Amino acid sequence: MLPLIEAEISDRRSWISKKDFLDLTALAQAAPGILAVNMAIFVGYKLRGVPGAICAALGAVLPSFSVILLIAFFFHNFRENETVERIFKGVRPVVVALIAVPVFRLGKNAGVTWKNIGFVAACALAVWLLHVSPVYIVLAAGLGGWLFCRRECK
Amino acid sequence: MIYAKVFWTFFKIGLFNFGGGYPMISFIQNEVVFRQAWLSNAEFTDIVAVSQMTPGPVGINMATYTGYSATGSVWGSVVATVAVCLPSFFIMILLANYFLKHQKNDSVQAVFKGLRPAIIGLIAAAALVLCNAENFVDSKSVILFALAFWLAVRYQVHPIKLILAAGLCGWLLY
Repeated sequence: MLPLIEAEISDRRSWISKKDFLDLTALAQAAPGILAVNMAIFVGYKLRGVPGAICAALGAVLPSFSVILLIAFFFHNFRENETVERIFKGVRPVVVALIAVPVFRLGKNAGVTWKNIGFVAACALAVWLLHVSPVYIVLAAGLGGWLFCRRECK
Repeated sequence: MIYAKVFWTFFKIGLFNFGGGYPMISFIQNEVVFRQAWLSNAEFTDIVAVSQMTPGPVGINMATYTGYSATGSVWGSVVATVAVCLPSFFIMILLANYFLKHQKNDSVQAVFKGLRPAIIGLIAAAALVLCNAENFVDSKSVILFALAFWLAVRYQVHPIKLILAAGLCGWLLY
């Protein structure tokens, strides 16, 4: 998705420079929420203030929103259908695999090492078995990082 | 009032979800399947599948779909989608005004040092929760899981291709 956004707002429209685009990407990734929406809001706000941000966000959201709504509408009525049920019996385990893949692929980039792998496992177990809300995990991890890494990271 | 609940649920998700679509699966799962019981695990897995196959940000797709399923109405979709985007508004505009210069700040870096591994833990939890009898009905499911995992890791086969192939397998096998 990022190359598409870059081509449109930086190359074609020159709304922001290449260098600013890199900073913007880092910022939009660091902030909570949905990356594409974050970027749209930022660019819209830079160009035309709050109304610009609202327009850009609407533009980023509406296509997916309409397509999904259409699918949800039809799928709701076809879920009981025998063929659909068969297809999704095959799809479900594969979706689980697709969610498991980034754990291993992103692990290294996210700074997972033998030293903190116990912490990663603890987060996973707390949410999986104890149903701890991910909200608390995020708060605790951010605070922990701030307390323990501040001196170490310098 | 279910709409107020949907709004608050997705507002929280928009506010605390760091790291994109995959960790968001864990957030939505915890709130929508476990806490509110709006959806079963199998229904939720189907929504994840559809969200990944449809173009556009997975987070928006999931919010729109879950909002519809939870309330049975288009307004549920509208409320969930607006709620999940709303925190971004305040945060991005705040960042645009004040914090752009402090990105390389040591404290900010330290916070993210703690956040990043935790996000990996959240993605792992999302996968673990979905490893249940609803999604794995027999040994064929386990083989499909293993095969997809291997193809994705070893050959980086695109998720959409894997989901389409899995649908075909399901249709043939069951």
